[in-house]
Order: sequence, then C-alpha cells, then structure tokens
Amino acid sequence: MRPAWLDRAAIAERDMTGADGAALRLEGVSRAFGGLRAVDGVSLTVQAGERRALIGPNGAGKTTLFNLIAGAVPVSAGRITLFGRDVTRMAAHRRAALGLARTFQVSNLFPALTVLENCLLAAQGLHPAKLAMHRPLSGYRELHARAHATLAAVGLEGRARVSARHLSHGEQRQLEIALALATRPRLLLLDEPTAGLSPAESAQMAALLGRLDPAMTVLIIEHDMDIALELARAVTVLHYGRVIADGTREAVKADPLVREIYLGA
Amino acid sequence: MSAEFWITQTFNGLSYGALLFLLASGLSLIFGVMRIVNLAHGSYFMLGGYVGLSVVWRTGSFLLALVAGAVAIALVGMAMERLFLRRLPGQTLGQVLMTVGFALIFQDVALLVWGGDPYTIPVPAMLQGAVATGALRFPTYRIFLIVVAFVIGAVLWLALDRTRAGAMIRAAVDDAEMAAGVGIRVPRLSLGVFALGAALAALGGVIGGGFLGVYPGADFEVLPYAFVVVIVGGLGSLPGAMVGSVLVGLLDNFGKALFPELSYFTLFAPMALILALRPTGLFGRV
Amino acid sequence: MRGPVAAAAVVVAVLALIAPLLPAYPLTLLTQVVIVAVLAMSLDLLLGYTGLPSLGHAAYFGAAAYAVGILATERAAGFVTCLIAGLVLATATAAIFGVLAIRAVGTYFLMITLALGMVVWGLAFRWVSMTKGDNGISGVPRPDLPWPGSLWSPLPFFYFVLVAALMAWLVLGVIVRSPFGLTLKGIRESESRMRALGYNVWLHKYLAFVISGFFAGFAGILWAYYNGFVSPVDVQLVTSVETLLMVALGGPGTLAGPALGAAAIVFLKNFVSVYTKRWLLILGAVYIGVILFAPRGVVGAFTRGHRS
Repeated sequence: MRPAWLDRAAIAERDMTGADGAALRLEGVSRAFGGLRAVDGVSLTVQAGERRALIGPNGAGKTTLFNLIAGAVPVSAGRITLFGRDVTRMAAHRRAALGLARTFQVSNLFPALTVLENCLLAAQGLHPAKLAMHRPLSGYRELHARAHATLAAVGLEGRARVSARHLSHGEQRQLEIALALATRPRLLLLDEPTAGLSPAESAQMAALLGRLDPAMTVLIIEHDMDIALELARAVTVLHYGRVIADGTREAVKADPLVREIYLGA
Repeated sequence: MSAEFWITQTFNGLSYGALLFLLASGLSLIFGVMRIVNLAHGSYFMLGGYVGLSVVWRTGSFLLALVAGAVAIALVGMAMERLFLRRLPGQTLGQVLMTVGFALIFQDVALLVWGGDPYTIPVPAMLQGAVATGALRFPTYRIFLIVVAFVIGAVLWLALDRTRAGAMIRAAVDDAEMAAGVGIRVPRLSLGVFALGAALAALGGVIGGGFLGVYPGADFEVLPYAFVVVIVGGLGSLPGAMVGSVLVGLLDNFGKALFPELSYFTLFAPMALILALRPTGLFGRV
Repeated sequence: MRGPVAAAAVVVAVLALIAPLLPAYPLTLLTQVVIVAVLAMSLDLLLGYTGLPSLGHAAYFGAAAYAVGILATERAAGFVTCLIAGLVLATATAAIFGVLAIRAVGTYFLMITLALGMVVWGLAFRWVSMTKGDNGISGVPRPDLPWPGSLWSPLPFFYFVLVAALMAWLVLGVIVRSPFGLTLKGIRESESRMRALGYNVWLHKYLAFVISGFFAGFAGILWAYYNGFVSPVDVQLVTSVETLLMVALGGPGTLAGPALGAAAIVFLKNFVSVYTKRWLLILGAVYIGVILFAPRGVVGAFTRGHRS
C-alpha cells in the first residue's frame, strides 16, 4: 500500500477543504468605504461541493463581498479562510492560485484580444508557462487544447478568432464564464451571470451553469430568483451589508423577514 | 561651514522655492481638475519672461510687464485648452504628445522673435540692492519674490477655501464626474484653471527673468522642477505644492552648494524615497 | 503572424541590397534609422504591449551610451567590455527605476518616469568629472572586430548595425509572441481581470520594464559607436518624448510600426533641417497633427482597416 502522502487523491481531498470540510469561511468580515459599512460583520461558511446563492437587494454589499473574498479589495476587519488557509491578507493572484475564480458583474474581458486569446490568458494564468518568453505561445498545445475545450463548453467555439469587443453582450457574458472556467477552479464566484441578458439568453446561461462540474463549489449572486434557486440549494440573504437569513432555499423562502424586504410579499 | 553659509543658502533655497511655487501650483491645479500632464507648462514660464522683457523694453514698467506677461500667457493657455486639449479627454498619451508639440512650437517661436541670446529683465530701482544685517546680505529682489509667492499662495488658499469657484475646483479635483453630476460646469472651470495656471507660470517667468534671466531652453530646464514639486507634494493639492516647492527649493540649493556634481541626484533621490513611502506624494490622495 | 514577418524580412533584405548603392549621407541616415528603430521597438514593449507610457526611456539608452563612451575613450576598453558594461548599466538602471515606477498607475507613472529620467540627465549634465558635462564625450572609437570591412567605413558599419538590430528585433518578436507576451497584452487590457486569473501583475510589468530598458541600452551602445559622441542630449526629455512619438506614429503594439515611425521622424528631422531653420516648429506641428488625425498610429489604422 502506498503511503498516504503519495496518494494524490487523498492529497487532493485534503487540499480541497479545510479541516472541517469548508471551501470558504468568512468570520466577521467587514469593509467600510469612508463612513459607509458596505459589508458589515458577515460570517458565512461554504462547504466543499456546495452551491450557494447570495441574494439581496441592490446595494446590499454582494459584489463588495465578492471583491473581499477574491482579494480585489482588502477587508477592514474579519478573517477569510480559503480551503483551510487564512487568506485575509493574501494578494488576489495568490488566492486564484489556490483555486478561486470569479466572474464580474460588468464584463471584464480583454477587449482588443480575440476570444481565443482571452481564453488562453485564462488557461495560462495558473500554468508555469506564463513566464516563458523563449518560444511562441502557438507551441503550447496543452494550453490551446484547454482554451478550445473551454470555448466549446460555453458554446463560443465558432467565435474564437473574433475580437472580444465585437462579441454581442450575450456572448461576452459567456466568455466571462469561460475565463473563470479555464483556470479550472475549485471555488467559483459568479457575479450575476445573467446581467443584461434577454429571457432566452438567460435560459441558455442557466443551462450552461447547470452543466458545471458537480465537484466545483459555487457561490452565485443572481437577481433572477428562478435561476439562483434552480442552481443553489443553500441561500444566504444580504441586506445593508449584513446576513439576515441563511439556510436552505425553502427555509429562506419562508423566512418572514426575507419575504418582507426582498421578495416584497 | 559657517552659520552664514547655512543662513544664506536657506534664504536662497526659500526664494527659489517661492519661484517654483508660482510655477508648480498652476501645474498641480491643472492636473487636479483635468488630469492633464502639461509638458508646455515650462513654456508658459519662458514665454512669460520674454513677453515681460519686451514690455519692459518698450514701456520701462516692471509692473506692466508682470500684468502683460500673465494676461498674454493666460490667453495662450486658454487657446490651447479650448481648441486642442479638449478634443482629447482621457487620452493621457495623446495629451502628453500634444503638449510637447506645443512646447516645441513655443520654443521655436521664441527663438524666431527674441533670438538666441540670454537677457535679464531690468528690475525697478526700488527692488535692487540688498538688506544687510551684520555680514549677511539678503537681495531685495529675492525678498520681493518670497513676498509675492507668499501673497499669491495665501490668496489661492483663501480662494479655494472660501469662494464658490474654489469649492467648485475642489469638487472637480476630488471627482470631476461627480462635480459635473451636481451641476458644476467642468469645461468652463477647466478653462479658468488652465488660464490661472498659465498666468501663474508666466508671472514666475517675469519675476524669474529678473534674476535667472530669460533664455532659450529655460522652458525644459524648469519643467522637471515643477514636476518634482508636484510629485513630492501630491497632484492637485495646493498645500502639497507649497510644501513641495519649499522642500525642492532648499534641496536644490544645498545640493548645488554642497555636492555640485551630484546636485540633480540630491534633488531626485529624496523624491524617489518619498515615492517609495507614499506613492501619491505627501498630500496626495489615491 | 506570417505576414508581418515576411514583410519585415523583405524590408531588411531590400535595405541590405540598396545600401551599397547609396551615397554616404543617406546611408548614414539609414544607419541612424535602424538604431533608433531598436530604441522605438524597446519602448513599444512597454507602451504598445503592456500599456505603460514611459516618459524616461532615453535614460536607459543614454546610460548605455555613456558607459560605452567613457569606457572606450578613457579606459580604451574593447568591444565586449563596452557591450556588457552598457547592457548591465542600462538594465540595472531600469531595474532600480522600475521598483519606484511600477507601483504608480496612469498619469503618475508618466510623471515618475519623467522625473527619474531627469536623474540620469542631471548626472550626465552635472557630473562633469565623469561625463564631461555639457561638452559630452567625443571621439568614441568604433571597435576593431573580425568583420568584413572596417567599421569606420559607412557600409560595413551599416551592415553591422543592421545585423545587431535584426537580432534585437527577432528576440523582441519571440518575446511578444510568447505566453509572456500575451500576458503583457492582457495587463494592457485589464489588470483587475489578470489578477483574478492568478497573474502577479506587478511582477510582469516589472519584467517588461527591465527588458525594455535592456533593449534601449542595446540601441544606446550602437548609438555611441555610430555617433562617436555622447552628450546630455541623448538622455534629455525631448529624446524620450520623441521616442514616444515614433511609437505613437507607427502604431503601438506592432514592433514593425514603431520602426517605421522611427524612420519617418529621423528622415523628417534631417530633411526639414536641411531646407529650413524652423524644423522645431514643423516637428511640433507633426506631434499635434499625429495626435489629432492618426491617434492610433499609421500601421494601426492600416491593420484595423484590413480586419474589419
């Protein structure tokens, strides 16, 4: 029998999660902009493999919370643990290296580059080849294969040679997902993937999200409740920067406070 | 080194700092409101000096030279802003190259009109001579320069702090978009700030012409000083321009006196240090 | 990708073939174009690919030129010593300045690189015991190398410069087509997305800054030998800005474009100064005209036209 430290599956398993199986743990996380507490003492645990929706009215602090988790904005207070490691002070790119990927509410692409180049950048982001200067990128078969596979997965295969700025809005939202997926994340933060999409496009997006690898942990901000609740069984409700409800979708739906302030019932 | 050396050099440094303040305060405000890196700002200084020179030659009035230099160059600055720079909103590189283009044109025009010889602007009799205390002599003209800079600094400070236009400028420095959102007419404000900045630089040019002289190449010689002041003090900050000017004036003077060969290095090394500690300058905000 | 490479190969071949037919003055100008083209391409790595508008690029160019000038005259140092010293000094200067400049973004970056460039200019101007100040260092001897023909004659020297520039261009061409090159373009397009994808943006910008300084130094070495004279003019702000104009005129992010931009500016400066004393006026008007009428550069306008 091989020793445990050689067992790659076991290492991967241990690596996936913290000691208690959490992919992400927030403890009292706060962020103030001037006098405004955009995120105010949020504590939250997302288990490995869990799909959780983050909902709340506009200005509830959802995107700020994503920025804090991803490291784009430093926290004012609190602690963030990713796969069992304290990442509170860790730079964004190092969090990505731990297996965290995110999408942006307003598409954040590389507009002058082709769709394929966009995906190649995502594919090489965590690859040692990204620092290689001595041979052309076209020689890296593995990166190209991964980029093409990701494009196929989101249905943009036929648009590989088009500049990202010439894509339709719906296609840009698909590329936004592709960039996150090409890094092969273990934890995926989706910030309103259907923002600005027509109902037909939204349905397409929902189908795409439904096909995501079930082993991937997903935290999704979504205004379309149908899509959010179809994808996620667990729901956290944010209001003025605070968590006001947290539980299964049924429990949250039944929560009187949530119904009052969010569902408007 | 005697005490006299230190006092004299400090005085010279302060007076040079006063000149730098006239130059840099306008650059800083222009940057703050419009985010434009104006490489023609040194040209305003040089052209102001030349216009002042011609006026003194014709009329013999130093006061008229100050006014004429400031007004003429303010008009030049306004024309540049209104007719050219306004077409390039947000294009940092385009603005830089365009202002360099103007700087080259101004350089050539100055050469065409005033020739290549250096001149000194004749100073009125009441500003000549020096105030002597013991073995120390303080040239009256440099005292005059410090007083002018001090008064202008105080007026600018009060204007920014107390007047409606000042409040609008402060709002635009903070966030031009938001300022436009609350009804401030940013284009008009930009034009005014550009005129003010150009006029202040030209004023510096006329006064500087009285002891540094007016000569080809003065434009690109003073420009880096103005930039260092603004970088050290923080872009768009009047107190920053004040502190930065005094600091740079002193550093430059002592550098030149103590380490003549490394004088630029003694000026820029502290700047590098400040940047390493505070990338936005002493009074700058992110 | 094949197209530009083939076109550039044709241009280089044509240059090599017509050079023997040219009289001395045009050949000397052409040599100057080739050297300045290397400088423009080195800046393009920063401006066009990484999106960093450096206003102090002459510093690295000049640092290397001064290293060669001082070593070749006072120490009678050989070619290899001068080459290594020039590259090391330029790269080290870029490595130090980069630490200070890369933290800054946008306009701050412009101003800081400008001020840092002035440090080098100030040293060149004032450190008279080392640099001879405003007089500059004259009489820099061209090296005695196993080369077909003496480097003192225009034609062999032109071929020498052409081969050196070709090497620099090939290396830069490989870099911009490598994964690292794509990373630089990604940084130009969106730094925040690059961070989210796991890139250490600071590190990549810093590397680009240092590499760019290295190649600017390479051009500076050729320049010192070409001119036989090194002076504060080589490190002054106007030289930095002129290089920016070449890149902007030729089309940032194309390598070949900045080389064309270099050719246009060098020829313009020299021809206009033959016919009129007012060449500064005309050069200034060119700056303004380029920005108003061809903001994306000539080559950029062409390639965009092809694709759409």
